[in-house]
Amino acid sequence: MIITRQRSLEDILASLADADTIFIAGCSECATLCRTGGEPEVLAMKEALEATGKKVSGHVVLEPACHLLNDKRLLKPLKTEVEEADIILSMSCGNGTQTIAEVTGAEVVPGNQTLFLGEIKRIGVFERNCMLCGECVLEETGGLCPVARCPKHMLNGPCGGSEGGKCEVNPEEECIWHNIYEKLEKAGKLDKLKKIQPPKDWSKSEEKILRAG
Amino acid sequence: MIFLRTGSNLERVLVGGGFAFTSELGPPKGADPEKIRSKGVLLKDCSDAVNITDNQTAIARLSSIAAGKLLLDMDIEPVIQITCRDRNRLALQSDILGAASLGMKNVLCLTGDHQSFGNHPQARGVFDIDSIQLIRAFKMLRDEEVFMSGDKLRASPPKLFIGGVANPFTDPPGASLLRLEKKIDAGADFIQTQAIFNVHRFAEWMDEVRDRGLDRRTHILAGVSPVKSPRIAARMRDVIPGMDVPDGIVERMEGAQDPLEEGFQISLEIMKELKSIKGVHGMHVMAILWESIVQRLAEEAGMLPRPRV
Repeated sequence: MIITRQRSLEDILASLADADTIFIAGCSECATLCRTGGEPEVLAMKEALEATGKKVSGHVVLEPACHLLNDKRLLKPLKTEVEEADIILSMSCGNGTQTIAEVTGAEVVPGNQTLFLGEIKRIGVFERNCMLCGECVLEETGGLCPVARCPKHMLNGPCGGSEGGKCEVNPEEECIWHNIYEKLEKAGKLDKLKKIQPPKDWSKSEEKILRAG
Repeated sequence: MIFLRTGSNLERVLVGGGFAFTSELGPPKGADPEKIRSKGVLLKDCSDAVNITDNQTAIARLSSIAAGKLLLDMDIEPVIQITCRDRNRLALQSDILGAASLGMKNVLCLTGDHQSFGNHPQARGVFDIDSIQLIRAFKMLRDEEVFMSGDKLRASPPKLFIGGVANPFTDPPGASLLRLEKKIDAGADFIQTQAIFNVHRFAEWMDEVRDRGLDRRTHILAGVSPVKSPRIAARMRDVIPGMDVPDGIVERMEGAQDPLEEGFQISLEIMKELKSIKGVHGMHVMAILWESIVQRLAEEAGMLPRPRV
């Protein structure tokens, strides 16, 4: 899931300074789960903007915002409201925001900062476990990704700074290499780590278009 | 007959079976060459080679290769440290070819301290490759005359004596040995260890190193770091990642009437113990901001005179 954090109202208002009328678009998927762009957040934003004297011409929760055809379909009946607005406030991820801009041709302001692809640990707690490198190493590393979860993206074991199983960069976090080592040791599969992992092919993470099928 | 890959003095000492003694020099936050030369003078006669740190602790400084050239001009042999934090694979290979063209023959490959520790925490860390992959890349440049991509060199290869680092004090201990073995497999001709204060724990690690036969496949230089004050000792114990400074050492520094002399004596005692550990092929003294002490340490530890070629 794409993890987002809502920008502060003050920050959003600064971006909307020149706009009197605003249309708000949320997202039914990731932003809903992150509570940054679902129905409740969109309605709360409407109220907050109106309280500062802005006019909200309309709002929608797209299903999901990054789906080009669905956006077209859902925004079609709201054409008048969208056209009346000076700016669309997007409460989705950075991709959804661009899809909305593409579909409407309107000026769009992002209401969220887009952070990472992550796991929901519990309500309001998210963790980045994959950085979309296009060259998965999980079968070598006990199902724990050092590319995404080690701050130095180390592929050949822990750096010299891990202590007590904690990461030297973020001492509140676990050293993922410590965990990989212990997991493979318990499984009797430490031999997997003896092989020198070759440098990553980062070009694999640069793919821009996929035409499946 | 001794086979030497490079014209490196450090290689000659180690491959010849000698006990090496190296030291370290941190470049300044500025462009004054005198800052390098004045430290170089202090280290010249007591060191087989002098490490030059590469933006250590992620703080921007005068470049290690430029400093290396200043040392070469003083007839001091540098060990160029190169980290993977600030350069991608193109720049790493390009810079080592440049360093070799200027006459540098030793390189120490490090992944590098994370940028969040330094004076530009907003920087994007590169970490395109890690230290093990870097060691292998430099070995390929030297021995196979190819770049990482497989593209062939079109001029003579860099004659490099290639080093890496090891930290005997990380846990799980097996992981540190695993990485040491991988560095040797990748092509590390020599290994410098983290600064040693807990000699007992280091000796246990060396037992494992010898059991695996690793001391016969590379040259291990034991790290020593003289401390000037109780504050620095406590900081190394409590704050700096990956260090093991026993309480006894901090207490000795705290109780000392003359902390400088106490710090010197502690290092000297450690060095004498390290010399007798089987499989240790030399010592590397990291006296950053205390370069003036290295000559006396070398003298009293019985390391002088150094062999000259």
